[in-house]
Amino acid sequence: MNKTDAVIIGAGHCGLAVSRHLAQRSVDHVLLERGEVANSWRTERWDSLTLLTPNWLSRLPDYAYEGDDPDGYMNMPQLIRFIETYALRYSAPVQPRTNVTEVAPDGDGYVVATNQGDWRARTVVIASGHCNIPAVPKIASDMPADIAMVTPMHYRNPDQLAEGGVLIAGASATGVQLAKEIQASGRPVLLATGEHVRVPRIYRGKDIKWWMDAAGILGLPYNEVDDIRRARRVPSLQLAGLKDKTTLDLNTLTDAGVEIAGRVVGVNGNRLAFSGSLGNVCSLADLKMNRLLNTIDEWATENGLDGKVDPPHRLEATRVPKIPRLELDLAEGRIKTIIWATGYHADLSWLKAPGFDPRGRLVHDGGVMNPPGLYVVGMPYLRTRKSTLIDGADLDAGMVADHLTSYLAGQVMAV
Amino acid sequence: MSDTQVNNGVNVEHLLGAREALEAQPVAAQFKWRSSCEWVNGTHSRSTITSFHGLGEEQDRGKSFSIEADHPEAFAAEDNAPTPAEIALTGLASCLMGGVASIAQHRGIQLNSVKATVEGDMDLAGILGIDDEVRNGFGTIRVSFDVDADASEDDIKALVAQSQKRSAVFDCITNPTNVEVAVKKA
Repeated sequence: MNKTDAVIIGAGHCGLAVSRHLAQRSVDHVLLERGEVANSWRTERWDSLTLLTPNWLSRLPDYAYEGDDPDGYMNMPQLIRFIETYALRYSAPVQPRTNVTEVAPDGDGYVVATNQGDWRARTVVIASGHCNIPAVPKIASDMPADIAMVTPMHYRNPDQLAEGGVLIAGASATGVQLAKEIQASGRPVLLATGEHVRVPRIYRGKDIKWWMDAAGILGLPYNEVDDIRRARRVPSLQLAGLKDKTTLDLNTLTDAGVEIAGRVVGVNGNRLAFSGSLGNVCSLADLKMNRLLNTIDEWATENGLDGKVDPPHRLEATRVPKIPRLELDLAEGRIKTIIWATGYHADLSWLKAPGFDPRGRLVHDGGVMNPPGLYVVGMPYLRTRKSTLIDGADLDAGMVADHLTSYLAGQVMAV
Repeated sequence: MSDTQVNNGVNVEHLLGAREALEAQPVAAQFKWRSSCEWVNGTHSRSTITSFHGLGEEQDRGKSFSIEADHPEAFAAEDNAPTPAEIALTGLASCLMGGVASIAQHRGIQLNSVKATVEGDMDLAGILGIDDEVRNGFGTIRVSFDVDADASEDDIKALVAQSQKRSAVFDCITNPTNVEVAVKKA
């Protein structure tokens, strides 16, 4: 059996950030990667996807974007190269094509079983991501057999879809981006919209992520949040990293011909039902966006930016159809494909250890799990709002590395 | 978060405590609400509401409430009480109202007066079987809130929006619900 002090599961940007921090602390470790470095970005993303954060915000421990377009958004080949270069530059101890099949407590440590032999380590850091399994609602299994169903994990581009209409369930970042390109491909899109988080791409001349970073919104610690459990469930910002930096929201999609309806809530034979709550979810999103912009404006004033950046403005309220669609008869043949852009779950089925609540959700305190020696990174709002951004990995990995190093030294460290 | 200077008559601390307790004990969070309805005469009926199930056991509130329903004279009925459809609208308004008060308390917003008016469109071609394409229930329901509170207009709008988000009856009306009806001969 192989032995080390720390096994990191997953060699994406989070795992590599932990590796860098452990290397700085001279902790012997290995990264077990089921595929190649940046595997999910290579194999589970659609063709046109770009990061939702500007390039300058791609910062990892001892590493940052070095190109000539700091305000642009990396596409997938660029991002894969960015992460690959990082792994190579610091000779991260990655063991590729190694699929972890089980992690179980063993004495004062853990045994990590893989398809390439077993490892024993005092500590394990889970860095396998929070988007492993598409979260498809139960009603998907009741859909008529002649309707094709796709998840964003397997969607690549509109050409793989049948000609004809497409129902996209979910209007967060993924749903709105897919709606835009599928509508443009000549397939009419019906976008079923639940709760979402609306923001402008550029506000007062600067990227929304610049404002959120500068004003401390991205860095707000998890133990200062009013309701952290709720904060960890908030869907991704309704954003796209488009070349022209325009905002992609329900209004721009409506202008492009996309039909907006409420969330898909039922199917009876061929009849689909949509929620009548569309008006309210749009009001909630508009109000929440304006609160964010108010916070940004206050911060700008306090920091003397008024007059130096563009003046404040507000977006047009979301235009909701006068009588939104509540039903759709699939037998009419208008819809050929349903795309479930309804989020993801982490797959931790291989973790045979305590650490889950009665609802099966992972329990951690800022990445520190119980049993001792077990850590997790890359989860929504792990320690700050930016925990799921590339830029958030440094802080979370540094904390986990500190705690892990003290644990190995037999010291107990506060979280 | 909650402001002790604000009093909307809602015990937010108790509600937050209950939320925490029920999250830890999922079984206790399983409630059953009941109403039993008895035919009086014509379209006139009387419903009685007494016990409910929750917190892991039967809850006998030690009293009962009565709600009558009937139809107006235009339906050749005696108009002894509001129609069931009006009671449904009332349930929606009351549910949203309770939510507004609770959320306002939690957010430290003092309510001075709140009034909600509900109006539902109904095409009788549905219930009378004139046109199968017309549904029996409401077409559009409009709720209009007039709120006098110590808060900005956007904060007041956010109160009402959040109340819709967490309303049981709003959910019942906007989303489908499975209804099982059993019948036995007395």
